[in-house]
Amino acid sequence: MAAKTLTIDGHLVSARPGETLLAAIREAGITVPTLCHLDGLSDVGACRLCLVEIEGQRRLQPACMTMVSEGMVVHTNTPRLQSYRRQIIELLFAERNHVCAVCVASGHCELQRLAGMVGMDHVRYEYLSPNCPVDISHPRFGIDHNRCVLCTRCVRACDEIEGVHTWDVAGRGVNAHVITDLNQPWGASTTCTSCGKCQLACPTGAIFPRGVTVGERPHASERIALIVEARKQRW
Amino acid sequence: MSRLRIATIWLGGCSGCHMSLLDLDEWLIELAARADLVYSPIADAKRFPPNVDLTLIEGAIANDEHLELAHTARRHSKIVVSFGDCAVTGNVTALRNPLGSAQNVLQQVYIEHGDPGGVIPHDPGIVPVLLDKVVPVHQVIPVDYYLPGCPPSAPRIRALLEALIEGREPAADIRFG
Amino acid sequence: MDLHELEAIAERELAQRPRLRILHCSATGCQASGALELKRRLESLLAEMGRQTEIDVGAVGCLGLCGRGPIVRIEPSGETFEHVKPDDAAEIIAALDGHACHVARCDQNHPFFTRQLLIVRRHCGLINPDRIEDYIAVGGYRSLYHVIHEMTPTEVIQAITRSGLRGRGGAGYPTGLKWATVAKSPGERKFVICNADEGDPGAFMDRSILESDPHLVLEGMAIAAYAVGAEQGFIYVRGEYPLAIERLQKAIAQARRHGLLGTQIFESGFNFRVDIRVGAGAFVCGEETALIASIEGRRGQPRPRPPYPAESGLWGMPTLINNVETFANVTAIIENGPEWYSRIGTEKSKGTKIFALTGKIRNTGLIEVPMGITLREIVEEMGGGTPDGTPVKAVQTGGPSGGCIPASLFDTPVDYESLAAVGSIMGSGGMVVMDEHTNMVDVARFYMEFCKDESCGKCIPCRVGTVQLFNMLTKLRNRQAHPSDLSRIEELCELMRETSLCGLGQSAPNPVLSTLHYFRHEYEELIGAEGDHGS
Ligand SMILES: Cc1cc2nc3c(=O)[nH]c(=O)nc-3n(C[C@H](O)[C@H](O)[C@H](O)COP(=O)(O)O)c2cc1C
Ligand code: SF4
Ligand code: SF4
Ligand code: SF4
Ligand code: SF4
Ligand code: FES
Ligand code: FES
Repeated sequence: MAAKTLTIDGHLVSARPGETLLAAIREAGITVPTLCHLDGLSDVGACRLCLVEIEGQRRLQPACMTMVSEGMVVHTNTPRLQSYRRQIIELLFAERNHVCAVCVASGHCELQRLAGMVGMDHVRYEYLSPNCPVDISHPRFGIDHNRCVLCTRCVRACDEIEGVHTWDVAGRGVNAHVITDLNQPWGASTTCTSCGKCQLACPTGAIFPRGVTVGERPHASERIALIVEARKQRW
Repeated sequence: MSRLRIATIWLGGCSGCHMSLLDLDEWLIELAARADLVYSPIADAKRFPPNVDLTLIEGAIANDEHLELAHTARRHSKIVVSFGDCAVTGNVTALRNPLGSAQNVLQQVYIEHGDPGGVIPHDPGIVPVLLDKVVPVHQVIPVDYYLPGCPPSAPRIRALLEALIEGREPAADIRFG
Repeated sequence: MDLHELEAIAERELAQRPRLRILHCSATGCQASGALELKRRLESLLAEMGRQTEIDVGAVGCLGLCGRGPIVRIEPSGETFEHVKPDDAAEIIAALDGHACHVARCDQNHPFFTRQLLIVRRHCGLINPDRIEDYIAVGGYRSLYHVIHEMTPTEVIQAITRSGLRGRGGAGYPTGLKWATVAKSPGERKFVICNADEGDPGAFMDRSILESDPHLVLEGMAIAAYAVGAEQGFIYVRGEYPLAIERLQKAIAQARRHGLLGTQIFESGFNFRVDIRVGAGAFVCGEETALIASIEGRRGQPRPRPPYPAESGLWGMPTLINNVETFANVTAIIENGPEWYSRIGTEKSKGTKIFALTGKIRNTGLIEVPMGITLREIVEEMGGGTPDGTPVKAVQTGGPSGGCIPASLFDTPVDYESLAAVGSIMGSGGMVVMDEHTNMVDVARFYMEFCKDESCGKCIPCRVGTVQLFNMLTKLRNRQAHPSDLSRIEELCELMRETSLCGLGQSAPNPVLSTLHYFRHEYEELIGAEGDHGS
């Protein structure tokens, strides 16, 4: 099939048919903030950070789940989008308890980096300060729900790549939270193979290897795409 | 040019931001050539003075004294900077918020997990009264600039101060933790 | 089953029917006010009198006056009684014999009745929903026969398109267009889904249809399935509707037994099977992609569209999903023709709409009115104003996704475009009347509380935005808000409207925005000097 030509922020860009807008945008060297997207996993369009304006469409569309089409004219960084992205990051920081100063991921955290990227220097909303649990029943990993942004990358990594679907989401609204098995302690999970892929996929300090302290959890989410590629190529 | 009047205040924080300020070493001497430190935990003034050009606030608002001092500082300052994560987000100081009201927290600390026969300190006028929730500074007074960081490093503090002293808009510098 | 058999059933049914009949409402509303006890008393009294074969005591569906139940209607006179107590049984029988009767009668010349136009509800209160014979006796399943044997699928779709029917689930999407898309989308299998999740607080139109005339919906679904080329249908109904589920189950079993559902319907090559899926009552599961996820056995969460279910729905197959009331309009269009249907209503909104009229209003209940009727006619004439004469302040339409329309705009006609133009929506049919004593910030806060509890939690603007908005409205209510909070509220409303993933989050700000627009002073009055600073 013929390549598609589209205009992204004024630049003419060509893209492969069936490619997502996000891929085309990145190929054009433009950075759009993302959080729930992770190369190698399916997309869910949940975080809304990658929303872009497409001329002729009434609603903003998530770049990660929109397919390129011929003649599309896309704006990725209008003042309106900048303001929405900042507000979304503010809402996330206000939702749970992010204390970067004592977090294992500090310095390697996607949320922290996003704050800088969207210019969020303070949160105008009231902090909800929920009382969230920490589960360190697993011998190798822990989850601190105070830092979870509900991107479901762990859920998808465990389901789509490891193939065991230990994680899922329970509860509604701000009470939604990730669970292991049927909401049992992670350490009691009979499905978890301790492969660590959820930990690799997690963009924040929510899932961490046990024994690391402040700032010691490296960011290694790109390894998920590597694993997927390796399987495809039978490396 | 008249000398700048600078103040720093220390609310609900660990004083780390002030330590980082002191890390500016010899630049502080340069600063002293252009500005007076008119109120600060590291200076000797007892009352927050009027006509301050620039106030750095370290720490979150955790008790009634913080609240009062923040308001005083705002009234007497042209520019107020939220200085460090505790001032900007509540940070470690706000870790108690998920545990509930001030009473709840005191109960847990002094009675449930305290020594046998422990009592909750209560000495109005001497021991400040805790607010129910620890809040960042901008939730109680308008703030002009934010310098997150726990603590913000000395060079970052310097970059902000230099810009403000020269009347420039400081470059965006966002780094939590 | 063929047409002769169908007509034979109808004739037999009418011939057997006693002349004297006492029909009592057996829908949820009247069951709650004691209809079943009344029925027992009537039956035992008639047995004592030895008149049980002469006089038929029949259960019928909802008559729409649910706030005044139990409702009883006697035939042949057609008189209708309200608030009938078990002790009134003897008097009702007396009325049947033409004797004096002191039980309160409904005034059937009241605009509440005379302004209605019954298309969807035309059998409600006339037939026993538990008996397929009753439905067949009023002409049921003739349209399906006609469609299968005398129309091509394309002709059916054209008829629906020409009728101008639009989806009654809230958004008003043209039904014919949707059917055509499903019909044209390639797929190994196709599905038809009836959305009976009805989650709007205060809405019970769909429940009433299912409880009163389940076959009407089944027949509409079968016609749709024939038109789009589907062989499997699902009715997704909320678990809170046990009576509707029971009646649907019975109706499906009866229809299968009569060869009206299942394989080789009306001895044709057309097969259509219908199964019920019971939802757990999450509001968001009424959203079509969440509903589909739920039927597939996954967590009921929406996904971004496109692709729309018409192209890729249940198990990735083209799927037609329509609301109960939408399907319930289909047979009337086939029976009377699209031109007849398109003459009813306004230029862009055809036919009728059922509303659940509630709140500070004298006559509450279900009304079916032609599109284009004004809010004033509904509230003042049909509803009879407020019970104590306090001036009406506003009506809320569209539930948590809708808005409040002030009394000054009551000449607005009820149609999709006009309601949208005044900042509300048609919605699924909730209509709540508010009087001067109602505080509009409370109203906005009530709906925001609903949305925050019902948000699925998938996307950030809705999950956290609803809670922040609710908290800000609470602060306002407690006079702790700062003037800057109003613009914060507006900013957050815009964020949610523009960036939320599904209709729940996108429309959750509507009750706030519409009350802010029309009743801003009520917000401003609550802004205290004491407020927090906020910056
Ligand atoms: C949060 C939400 C809840 C919904 N609930 C219902 C519902 O209870 N019943 C319904 O028919 N449609 C509901 N809808 C609309 C459906 O998504 C869909 O548009 C509708 O069923 C299509 O049918 P129609 O074209 O006949 O209106 C809801 C939509 C949203 C966003
Ligand atoms: S998860 Fe990220 S944003 Fe949250 S506390 Fe840790 S470093 Fe900070
Ligand atoms: S460690 Fe592996 S198997 Fe266990 S929950 Fe994480 S991804 Fe799933
Ligand atoms: S635990 Fe990590 S990966 Fe999983 S949902 Fe939370 S933030 Fe995302
Ligand atoms: S808008 Fe609300 S209900 Fe819809 S997907 Fe987002 S969180 Fe879920
Ligand atoms: S990255 Fe596209 S919605 Fe999250
Ligand atoms: S439930 Fe009996 S009249 Fe509606």
